[in-house]
Amino acid sequence: MGRYIIKRVLLLIPVLAGITFVAFLLLKAIPGDPVLNLVGERSSPEIIEQLRKEIGSDRGLLQQYAGYLGLLARGDFGRSYHTNRDVLSDIAAKLPNTLRLALAAMMIAVPLGVMAGCAAAYHKSGALAAAVEAFSVAGVSVPIFWSGLLIMLLVSLELRLLPPSGTGGLRFIILPAAVLSIPAMATLARVTRTAVSEVLVMPHVNTARAKGLTATRITLLHVMKNAIVPVVTIIGLDFGSYLNGAVVTETIFGWDGLGRFTMEGITMRDYPVILGCVIAGTVLFVLVNLLTDLLYHYLDPRVRLYDRKK
Amino acid sequence: MTGRSRAVLIILLLFLAGSAAAPFLPFPDPLTIDLDHLKQPPSSAHPFGTDSKGRDVLSRVLHGGVISISVALVAAAVSALIGFSVGLVSGYFGGKTDTVLMALVDFLLSFPSLLLAVAISVVLPPGIYSVMIALSVVGWTSFARLVRGHVLTLKESSFVEAARAVGCGHMRVLVRHIAPLCLPLALVMAGIKLGGFVLAEATLSFLGLGAQPPAPTWGAMISASRAYIITAPWTVIFPGAALTLTALCFNILGEELRGRFELKGLREG
Repeated sequence: MGRYIIKRVLLLIPVLAGITFVAFLLLKAIPGDPVLNLVGERSSPEIIEQLRKEIGSDRGLLQQYAGYLGLLARGDFGRSYHTNRDVLSDIAAKLPNTLRLALAAMMIAVPLGVMAGCAAAYHKSGALAAAVEAFSVAGVSVPIFWSGLLIMLLVSLELRLLPPSGTGGLRFIILPAAVLSIPAMATLARVTRTAVSEVLVMPHVNTARAKGLTATRITLLHVMKNAIVPVVTIIGLDFGSYLNGAVVTETIFGWDGLGRFTMEGITMRDYPVILGCVIAGTVLFVLVNLLTDLLYHYLDPRVRLYDRKK
Repeated sequence: MTGRSRAVLIILLLFLAGSAAAPFLPFPDPLTIDLDHLKQPPSSAHPFGTDSKGRDVLSRVLHGGVISISVALVAAAVSALIGFSVGLVSGYFGGKTDTVLMALVDFLLSFPSLLLAVAISVVLPPGIYSVMIALSVVGWTSFARLVRGHVLTLKESSFVEAARAVGCGHMRVLVRHIAPLCLPLALVMAGIKLGGFVLAEATLSFLGLGAQPPAPTWGAMISASRAYIITAPWTVIFPGAALTLTALCFNILGEELRGRFELKGLREG
């Protein structure tokens, strides 16, 4: 177990190296020569040459990359071109808001999605199953930047029930969390339905019924316990979709998190901000995936983490 | 094919035909700015109304369909092609080649897909080609995994052994004997994923990374009209409805494919 965790954490290194290298190339690809920007176009070639040496832009690409990694390691993600604020501290300030939103969306998506999936698995033919099936396709087909705007138009601007945008307490979080939860809920409902229907036909469920156990007890202890691994996989994977979705949802609802920060960066072509957000999002995603994998081991001891590869 | 899928297919084809034929039909030009008719509600002259620059929304939705759908189709085709080739090579040759290629797949899968696509599209000059590249780089991995798995089982079959025994080289076995059996799998997968590609293209356009204004794409139209949602909701509703309808049709057909070919085990999302 310990070895597996170490191996997985070590796997973070190539991922981070990859994303930072892309980030670095991106910074290099931006048009304009930073040295010329500093001294102006009319300076003498000697001065330009000297400055090149000073800031190190005469070094090889890999050496420059090493320098960039050094900066990142010291927590220096650069400053926003636009606001001149330190990118890392801005990210640190906004990250909790995004986590709060993702958690709220999960609190909506997980219970509702799992219940809908269970219900559809238990009543195979019927209006409910048809509705769940329709929702599981429709939910992943509606773009959240559109459903978000429509829900905002209806709930906030027409009915005036909740504020259309802003960061704050429960009143502010309901709408963005609900919108963010739709695709996740749809996927979860479908996966739960498949997993539960596969377990329902197993002999041990019949035995449990024959013993006279209550339906609730059978569902929780005999069915869900066996169906939970794929469900947890999706919950973990969906965390990535919350991060993806946060960019759009936070922008629409003016939620002051990492997603909106990313969008601002993109709109302003504020490269340090975009890079910082992409790096932060990736680290978060990799860590959540690791947690999900570790969770398997507890949920289903048959899952062996060490030699899963064929 | 079920009645439902047939109906969906007809809707989709009508819609595609309408989009493709839009330049030849008597619609107003999608780019002509008309400052006398800003934000007009839907009427007989402009069935979907006009946007904040007086452009006809119906015409823009139809013209945008061509861009949005063709970008998604190209991205899906390129992803399928890359994934198919990588999967073939990886599965057939195994060993170090396999390890390296699958490590690359794992590497790419460890990014949140949209953020990776965003990172790629900001490096490239903005435009539809960048979106195609970004979506393909993100999209090919699932094809590679699927095809690789299939090749692993195929290469143990006796017909491969027979082909080798009569003196076929590895390339011939791979291209003439194994590849044709994997192709349908990759095509089915591409069909299942099309809806996802349509939505991904729209999301990148919404973020301003796709086709640049004034070119009409659904994502960019919604993004540009966002500020007018109260005064001109139709400028948001119609492009989004077209996008949702398209994605829904593709996803329903994808479901049908998934069910028919029993690809339940495919990774979601």
